[in-house]
Amino acid sequence: MTVTETRVAGSGFVLALRDCAVMTRRGMLRLGRVPDELAFNLVQPILFVLLFSYVFGGAIPLPGGGPFREYVVVAVFAHSLAFMGVGTGTGLAVDMSRGLIDRFRALPMAHVAVPVGRANAELLRALLVTGVLAIVGLLVGWRAHLGLLSTLAGFGLLLLFAYAMAWVGVTIGLSVRNPEVAGTAGLLWVLPLGFVSNGFVPISSMPEWLQPVAAWNPVTAVVTATRTLFGNPLGLAADPRFWPLAHPVQAAVIWSLGLIAVFVPLALLAFRSARSR
Amino acid sequence: MNLGVTNSSPGLHRERETHGGIQVEGLTKRYGGVHALDGLDLNAPEGQVLGLLGPNGAGKSTLVRILATLLKPDSGRASVCGFDVIRDPQAVRRSVGVAGQYAAVDEYLTARENLNIFGQLARMGKRAARSRAEELIERFDLGHAADRPARTYSGGMRRRLDLAVALIAGPRCLFLDEPTTGLDPRARVEVWAVLGDLVRQGTTALVTTQYLEEADQFADLITVIDHGREIATGKPAELKDRVGGDHLDLAVRRAADLPAAVSALAAAGLPDPKPDPGTLCVTAVLPGGTSRMAEVLRKLDGAGVEVADITVRRPTLDDVFFALTGKADDR
Ligand SMILES: Nc1ncnc2c1ncn2[C@@H]1O[C@H](COP(=O)(O)OP(=O)(O)OP(=O)(O)O)[C@@H](O)[C@H]1O
Ligand SMILES: [Mg+2]
Repeated sequence: MTVTETRVAGSGFVLALRDCAVMTRRGMLRLGRVPDELAFNLVQPILFVLLFSYVFGGAIPLPGGGPFREYVVVAVFAHSLAFMGVGTGTGLAVDMSRGLIDRFRALPMAHVAVPVGRANAELLRALLVTGVLAIVGLLVGWRAHLGLLSTLAGFGLLLLFAYAMAWVGVTIGLSVRNPEVAGTAGLLWVLPLGFVSNGFVPISSMPEWLQPVAAWNPVTAVVTATRTLFGNPLGLAADPRFWPLAHPVQAAVIWSLGLIAVFVPLALLAFRSARSR
Repeated sequence: MNLGVTNSSPGLHRERETHGGIQVEGLTKRYGGVHALDGLDLNAPEGQVLGLLGPNGAGKSTLVRILATLLKPDSGRASVCGFDVIRDPQAVRRSVGVAGQYAAVDEYLTARENLNIFGQLARMGKRAARSRAEELIERFDLGHAADRPARTYSGGMRRRLDLAVALIAGPRCLFLDEPTTGLDPRARVEVWAVLGDLVRQGTTALVTTQYLEEADQFADLITVIDHGREIATGKPAELKDRVGGDHLDLAVRRAADLPAAVSALAAAGLPDPKPDPGTLCVTAVLPGGTSRMAEVLRKLDGAGVEVADITVRRPTLDDVFFALTGKADDR
């Protein structure tokens, strides 16, 4: 064995990008190695699509008209992607608690690559989940009506939102270090986020004081925007009192980019402070 | 924060920084009321293996974590391969390999993937990482399992992979925290052989271990610490001499010979021989080891003592460990 200088050279930025790529590859390799996790990511939303389509579908008349199935499938998309962020946090907390994070910290790598790699791998997971859900949706009768470009824009928006949620999960995972706590902390904010929205019921059916909360909820923006882009029924969403409901696509993009802009530095901060422990 | 700044002159500082190896001066680290490190000094010369011994809780792992830039000390300074761990952690990380007390590998990745990925993160080129990974897989006998996720490994296999990961980038300084714990004898020998190869090429290694015969056999220098302080440093043989060197056990045939045997041993330069009339034995410390044996035999012969049995017993590092760390409690 020889101790030779085998290290790559380059500017800090290029090397950091390389580290991010390596960490992303690691995250993707893991994805296939934990099949039960991926299966769980899929089973729950598929179950939701089937339940809402066949059990509730006939009983709930959709305000504003249109097929209930088309209405509900998009909500399940957004919900599933938001809930995936919880698993992201738990997975990272497992890494942290097992001392693997010390390995990364003792390396000359750019530390930003640890959260970036994780979030990027989660984006791939989101792509797989969205793909499978779209197929199940098609099977139960969901359709996108506004042409290829608009449909792709709708999926792009969902994935952007998933990426934002992944960063929230990464931040939680790096902040708490304990997998169980990370799971609880994740659910604690994703549950209200998911349900105080117009995903399954129109905002006008909620109590007066809750309506602004629901209207300004990022999930509401994403669901409404995606429904708009797919040409699915909106269920009385176009409420002119609230700006996000009047401009759902802009609201969804701003929300997602805003969350990413806030949570990337927060995740880095969490990684740094975890180091000095 | 006033970390790592000592009163030494800048000139001395610069001179030290061009020096390889590992130097630690007055390092302290507190956890609440516990002084994990309490003014620790040690020095591992470049290209040598420093064995770090100490009872549980002595501060060994804390030191390794500080040297690996994972933990900041409260005060004192430490330099690794010529770089200050506080002022230049990034340079330290580029020069070192670390294996902590508990194996830290990616459970979901195979040995091959772990090695390749950690090699690339240590900024090795892709091809260099790959060929080095194959070399280490071979060396640490992981070939049969190299394509299985590490979570299917036995404890010892995981440990071996962890060590291989620490070695992947050919580090100039190595910190290994109990590297052979949990390994079978063959794997332990292999770990020390790999370490020996690296050290011959100039790598400096700081290795903690609870196996004292191993330290005896493989370390160039041993530092014993307790309660976060250095209590003894030296070559294994020097430390043994410090607890009295080799011991001589002499058995005679007749009780009447005992006084003559005692004076013969004293005449041969053995301090304070102790006769035991019950077993017809005399025990004494043998300064200078076996080189004094010829003299001992000549004197015994000259005094006409009839010898039944004579044995030289080397003190073990266990004797050293007990003698030194036992005393440390008086502080
Ligand atoms: N994170 C921590 N929080 C509080 N106390 C700690 C922490 N880490 C270490 N200590 C304390 O610091 C002291 C030194 O611990 P350290 O792990 O360095 O010992 P060690 O020499 O490695 O022991 P062992 O042989 O058991 O591995 C111990 O008293 C330990 O309880
Ligand atoms: Mg320890």
